Amino acid sequence: MGRKLLLDKAHIENIRLYDVYRREGGYRSVEKALKTMSPDAVTEEVKKSGLRGRGGAGFPTGMKWGFLAKPQGVPRYLVVNADESEPGTFKDRYLMEFLPHLLIEGMITSAYALGSSRAYIYIRGEYDWIVDILEQAIGEAKKNGWLGKNILGSGFDCEIYIQRGAGAYICGEETALLESLEGKRGNPRIKPPFPAVKGLWDCPTVVNNVETIAAVVPIINEGGEEYAKIGIGKSTGTKLISACGNIKKQGVYEIDMTISVEEFIYSDEYCGGIANGRKLKACIPGGSSVPILPANLLLKTAKGEARMMTYESLADGGFATGSMMGSGGFIVLDDSQCVVRHTYTLARFYRHESCGQCSPCREGTGWMEKILLNIENGKGKKSGIDLLWDIQRKIEGNTICPLGDAAAWPVAAAIRHFRDEFEWHVENPEDCLRRNYGLAGYADPLTPPKGELVPV
Amino acid sequence: MADEVKKEAPANFKVTIDNITIEVTPGTTILNAARQIGGDVTPPAMCYYSKLQGSGGKCRTCLVEVAAGSAADPRPMPKLVASCRTNVMDGMVVKNITSEKVTDARNGVVEFLLINHPLDCPICDQAGECDLQDLSYEHGKEGTRYEFKRRTFEKEDIGPYIQLHMTRCILCYRCTYVADQLTDQRVHGILDRGDHAEISTYISKAIDNDFSGNMIDVCPVGALTDKTFRFKNRVWFTRPVDAHRDCPTCCGKVTLWQRGDEVLRVTARKDEWGEVQSYDGKPGWICNACRFDKKKTSDWVIEGPTAINRHSVISQGHYEGLQKPKETIAEIMGGRDPKLLMDIHSISDVNKVALSELPGPATSKTFENGK
Repeated sequence: MGRKLLLDKAHIENIRLYDVYRREGGYRSVEKALKTMSPDAVTEEVKKSGLRGRGGAGFPTGMKWGFLAKPQGVPRYLVVNADESEPGTFKDRYLMEFLPHLLIEGMITSAYALGSSRAYIYIRGEYDWIVDILEQAIGEAKKNGWLGKNILGSGFDCEIYIQRGAGAYICGEETALLESLEGKRGNPRIKPPFPAVKGLWDCPTVVNNVETIAAVVPIINEGGEEYAKIGIGKSTGTKLISACGNIKKQGVYEIDMTISVEEFIYSDEYCGGIANGRKLKACIPGGSSVPILPANLLLKTAKGEARMMTYESLADGGFATGSMMGSGGFIVLDDSQCVVRHTYTLARFYRHESCGQCSPCREGTGWMEKILLNIENGKGKKSGIDLLWDIQRKIEGNTICPLGDAAAWPVAAAIRHFRDEFEWHVENPEDCLRRNYGLAGYADPLTPPKGELVPV
Repeated sequence: MADEVKKEAPANFKVTIDNITIEVTPGTTILNAARQIGGDVTPPAMCYYSKLQGSGGKCRTCLVEVAAGSAADPRPMPKLVASCRTNVMDGMVVKNITSEKVTDARNGVVEFLLINHPLDCPICDQAGECDLQDLSYEHGKEGTRYEFKRRTFEKEDIGPYIQLHMTRCILCYRCTYVADQLTDQRVHGILDRGDHAEISTYISKAIDNDFSGNMIDVCPVGALTDKTFRFKNRVWFTRPVDAHRDCPTCCGKVTLWQRGDEVLRVTARKDEWGEVQSYDGKPGWICNACRFDKKKTSDWVIEGPTAINRHSVISQGHYEGLQKPKETIAEIMGGRDPKLLMDIHSISDVNKVALSELPGPATSKTFENGK
């Protein structure tokens, strides 16, 4: 059983209410930080913990906080990115729904470390019921003196405000989020300047994911060094994984980054194996924008080592044979799934969510979607596959924000690993409408237990 | 980054673009440094407009490769950067047309800009002075790989002076900056997002603020054109002359586009980058009265023919005041002559080998070092 730091109390009834949360040891980190530590000591503790951003990029949080410019007389802001819109990712939703006080506690501690007396939660518009949960929790925290002026007599003031997004995926990009928070059209800004220098209302700002901020609580409670002992190498601590797709038990799991991908998919403690006795075909290990991996490369790296659920191991082999930890949206595809259709669905999503500001993303995403739809419907051409590859190559790296990359990577990886399936679609235009390609060359390296096998 | 630069002493920064080194003041962008050199090393810019604050970074045609970040930190930048929004550092080495990555990316961007462009140049009033035409002439392919229906929009009437053709728009956002920075109120903007984003007014409100006509001048394509000039003439049949008048609201310095004695169109004067000319550091924007209402030669004091770039199609109509573009290719190539397609003698040994004297058929080995 892996260690749980964030969700260990999630099962307790009414933990979302202040009284229960406090009784279970909540707000200890705020007491510890505000009474016994200086803001710099808190940052130092986060640096020691090796905590990496949980939103997708995996940038070291302590270093990010260290970059924050601190000019005199200019307010600094902490913004929590709760605009979780990546297909396959739903970990923040779980966290905020069941443990709203954990987020608020983490925010107060983080805001104290950053010296920001105003913190914002930018929450996805579709999570409207969570706004109510958070508002209630903020109200309770305020009533009990955890928010407001002079918290715990330390002289530190903090207020938390919630802002709802209007349903745009692009507003999860940090600078687009800040634009939206300022009340403007959510177009990503051109960097530099980075938010750490010029963020919200041109003031230094730190934008962190919900899970990152929540992870500050156990770090302060247990100490950064203690936290860093969990996990392997530079992947320290625990990570929430939202597993979905063709597995037996979908849901949010907290892993301590020491287990292998194989254990995560097949053990009963986590996903419980592939549903309906089918076989594993492919998996997107970190949310829709990271490269898809076929079963053989997912469980073992190109070097033949077992692939672990860590930032490094999932990225082992680069994009040629690896993928990314991303935001932890673990999407599993079994042998009944069609990779072409799947890639088309993602391309459609990115076309719809492109902000339209820069040309490669605005025009390229729509073009890719149209070509993929043709191939899916048996109207494609072989040259279309090469064209897709060329389009994604010209989008990647040439856009203002990472959405262009996020749109290009899934297409690139699907063609890289599943080219034969694309070609089969082109060569069998009628067959591909009736049946799927199946498992083909990406044989499930694991033999399923006897008796559970269901014929395809 | 920009702030750090400004704090330092105002010593000049040395930057090398395509093997040409130039000293510029700190805070200059790569694009503006390249413009100071001029000629071929200047990246094309479709959305950046030096007189409009905040413009640039969107079209991605001005992407360049930074081979060395600065003298202090000579690491190359991992991605291509938008030269219009990246400031130079001391000792920076930039590759523009000498970088294959840049050429490849730029060709890609041009292709993206053109896939949904209607290519209706034969009926477009902008043809002949269109930045997208120039760009595709330079970097585009002869054919398209796009096999789908091009994007269309519902027609929108945005007022009595400006004609909007949304299908031609490349969403450079320049016109929104004009409305923000020059007119008293912006009544148009970008609606929707992604590939269906469009320029429009809020519930069909007409754009008729003073100075709004400058949107026509900044538009790099034929999306915003002059309604008073619509279908009147092709620009290369008209004769541009510089003229001025005593205008109470603007600088009054304009270019009149004439056919015979008739003034067909009035625009602001453009500099060599296609931007509005500056006078004493102030951009010479013109007011709507000058642009749309003063269409008689008697309204104006005519100064003389406008200097037109020799490469422009407009220059074919008259022969005075032509400007020869700056040639930089010899410098870029470091003294070497450019490799010409037809001239294989300098790089090949073919002519040095007497083929008839060979015992057998010639192979690649025959031509190695003239042996």
